[in-house]
Amino acid sequence: MKVLVAMSGGVDSSVAAALLLDAGHDVTGCTMKLWGGASDTGCCSVADVDDARRVAQQLGIDHFVFNFADDFTTSVVEPYVAAHAAGRTPNPCVECNRSLKFDRLLGRAYALGFDALATGHHARIEHRDGAWRLGRGADAAKDQSYVLHMLGQEALARTLLPVGHLDKAEVRRRAAALGLRTAAKPDSQDVCFITSVGGRQSFLGERLAMTPGRVIDAGGAEVGWVAATELVTIGQRRGLGLAGGCEPRYAVSVDVGTATVTVGGADDLLTDEVAVEAMSWVDGPVDGSVEVQCSAHGTPRPAAFDLQAGVARFTAPAPRVAAGQSVVLYYGDDVLGGGTARGDKEAIA
Amino acid sequence: MVTYLDHAATTPMRPECAEAMAPYLGGRFGNPSGGHALARAARQAIEEARDTVASCLGAEPGEVVFTGGGTEADNLAITGVVARQGGLAVCSAVEHHAVLYPVEALGGRVVAVHVDGRIDLAALDAALDGQVGVVSLMLVNNEVGTIQPLAEAAALVGERAPGAVVHTDAVQAFPWLDVASLAVSAHLVAVSAHKFGGPQGVGALVVRNGVEVEPLLRGGGQERERRSGTHNVAGIVGMAAAMQATVDQRPVTVERVGRLRDHLADGLLAAVPGVTESGSRAIKVAGACSLLFEGIESEALLVLLDQAGMCATAASSCASGAMEPSHVLAAMGVSRALAYGSLRLSLGWTTTDADVDHALEVIPDAVAQLRERSVITNTR
Repeated sequence: MKVLVAMSGGVDSSVAAALLLDAGHDVTGCTMKLWGGASDTGCCSVADVDDARRVAQQLGIDHFVFNFADDFTTSVVEPYVAAHAAGRTPNPCVECNRSLKFDRLLGRAYALGFDALATGHHARIEHRDGAWRLGRGADAAKDQSYVLHMLGQEALARTLLPVGHLDKAEVRRRAAALGLRTAAKPDSQDVCFITSVGGRQSFLGERLAMTPGRVIDAGGAEVGWVAATELVTIGQRRGLGLAGGCEPRYAVSVDVGTATVTVGGADDLLTDEVAVEAMSWVDGPVDGSVEVQCSAHGTPRPAAFDLQAGVARFTAPAPRVAAGQSVVLYYGDDVLGGGTARGDKEAIA
Repeated sequence: MVTYLDHAATTPMRPECAEAMAPYLGGRFGNPSGGHALARAARQAIEEARDTVASCLGAEPGEVVFTGGGTEADNLAITGVVARQGGLAVCSAVEHHAVLYPVEALGGRVVAVHVDGRIDLAALDAALDGQVGVVSLMLVNNEVGTIQPLAEAAALVGERAPGAVVHTDAVQAFPWLDVASLAVSAHLVAVSAHKFGGPQGVGALVVRNGVEVEPLLRGGGQERERRSGTHNVAGIVGMAAAMQATVDQRPVTVERVGRLRDHLADGLLAAVPGVTESGSRAIKVAGACSLLFEGIESEALLVLLDQAGMCATAASSCASGAMEPSHVLAAMGVSRALAYGSLRLSLGWTTTDADVDHALEVIPDAVAQLRERSVITNTR
C-alpha cells in the first residue's frame, strides 16, 4: 500500500513509520506545520519538524512539510478562544484531529493518491463484524481512542494506527533499537500552541477581554471572586478567592453571561447525566447501555444513552462535565461515537 | 533522471567553476592574509578573482567586497549604510527577505508595487525625503522574475533624497542581464555565486568608492575592514570563474532559455484550464515562468511533481520547510486563495528541451488529479 504517515516529530509516529516500512508498504512521511506562534510542546515547532525530517532521513523515506497554519487558526485556535469566551472548556486536540489530521490531511493524502494515512496514535482500528471498529490502544495509560472518536467508517477505512497494539515502553524500545533520535523524547503534554511559560491565561489574555466574576454558593451568598470568569473550569478548587479553613469547595457551574461562578462541596460536583451535542458515530447511532468517558484519561462510567434526547444518564452519580468537553461513548474497548458536552443548566440540574 | 526547474533556488555548478576551485580544495590551501609562499599564492588567486568579479559587475576591483552569500551582502548593504551614516531604509514590497527583513528591523519604509510587480514610482516618490539613508530595489524579483526600473528609481532618489545610497539586490539578475550596465546607477550591488553556477555560500557586494558601510563582522580586518574573516578562497575563485562563464555565454543562454520558457509557459497555458501567468512575461527575465493555478494547492502539486521526478517550488520556503503564502504575490494584489496555487518554474543554463517536454507531460496530469480528488473528506 502507498501510505502517508503523519510524523509529528515524536517517538510514536517515528515508530509508526518504521513499522509500516517493515510491513513492506510504500511509505512517505509528512509533518503538518500548524502554528506559527510560540510553542514548546507537541507537533508545531520547527524543532519538531526537524526531528520528523531527520527520522524520515534515517528511515530512508521521503518527507514533506504541509503548511496548514491558516486552517489550524480558523478550525482550532479561534474556536478554542471563542469557546472560552462563552465559558466553555474546549478540547483543541479533538478539534485538530477532526479538522486537520482526519479532514485536511486525510483529504490531501487522497488527493496525492495515497491508499491510507497513518498516525502514531495509541488506538486500534480493526475490521470486525462487517464494519470498521475503533478500539482502545494496547497501552491503557496511553490510550488515545478518546481523541479519535470522531472517525467514521470512511475515515477509518483509510487510516492506519501502527503503534496501537504496542505499549509505550515497547515503542521506545523499538525506536532505540533503530537508533531514532526521537527514542527518548518526552511525550507531548497539553495544548501544543500554549507554552508552559505563558500558560493558558496569558494565551487567552492576549485574545480575549476577561470578565471578573462573583463566586457564590448554592444559596446565592457571595463567597469569593475571580479575575477571569472565562478561565474557570468545573471542578476547579483554587483561584476562586475563597476563605480557607472549611470543607473544600469547587466550581460546580460557570455562567459567563452573568459573570457568576457557583461553588459547592464535593457532592455538588456530581451529576446524574450529561447532555451531548454534535454527536458523530463510528458505525451509526447507538441507544441504550454504554460506558461514557468525559476526559482524555477519565474513568469510563456505565450509563444509558438516550439517543432521542441526546443525554447520557449515568448509572451512578458521576462528576459534572464542563461544557465543551468531549463525551465519548464506549462499548467495552470499542468507541461507539462521541460529541460535545452541552452543559446547559437544564441538562445538569 | 530528474527534471530540474528550480534554477532560481540554485543552479548547477558550471564546469569552469569546479575546475577553477579544485586546486584550492587541495594543495593550494594557504590563508591569503599571511606572508609566506602559500599565503601569497592564495592572495593572488583572490585578487585575480576580484578583478574578474569587478569587470563582470562594472566596478573597480577595490569596490568588490566578498561575502558569505547574497543574504550577507544585502544585510551588509542595508544595515551597514544605516549604521554608518544613519537615515531611514526604504525598499519595495517585493524584495527578498534578505532585504525586506533588515529594512523592517530598522523601522524602514516599504513601497508598494503595481499589479505587474514593478515598483510604484509615485509611491516611491512619496516615501522619499531628506531622512532617507538607503533605498533598496532589486534588479529582478526572485519569485516572479520581474525586472525592476532601477535606473528610474535611482534617478528619483537622486532628486528627492540626494544624500541616500541606492542598493540593488542583483542576485536573480546576474544570470540573465548585463548587471554591469543596468546597475550603474546603484551605489551598492549584491550578487550570489550559486545563482549563476558558482558555489553556495559565496557572494559579493559592490561598494562604490566614496560610499561607506559599517561592517557586520569585525575581526582580522579583511576586505579593507569591511568584512572580517578568513577568505573562502576556493569559493571566491569559483565564483569568479562562474561569473566569467556566465557573462561569456549570456547572450546565447538568454536566447535559448527564453525560447524554452515561452514554449513551457504557452504549453501549460494551453493544456491546463484555470491557469494564469503571474506578472507580465514581457518584463520578466528569460528563465522565469511563474504560474497561478486555480482550485489547487501548490504544496500538493509539488509533491506529485517530486514523485514524478520534477523539481520546482511555489514561493519562498520558511525555516520549517513549509510553504508560506508569498509576500510578493500578495504585494501584486494576488488573492491569498489564488496564491496558494502558485508554481514557480525557473529555467537555467542547463535546461533542455527534454526538461520542458517532461514538465509539459507531468504538470497537466498532476493538476488534473488534484482537481479531481479535491473532494473535501469529512470525518463525520
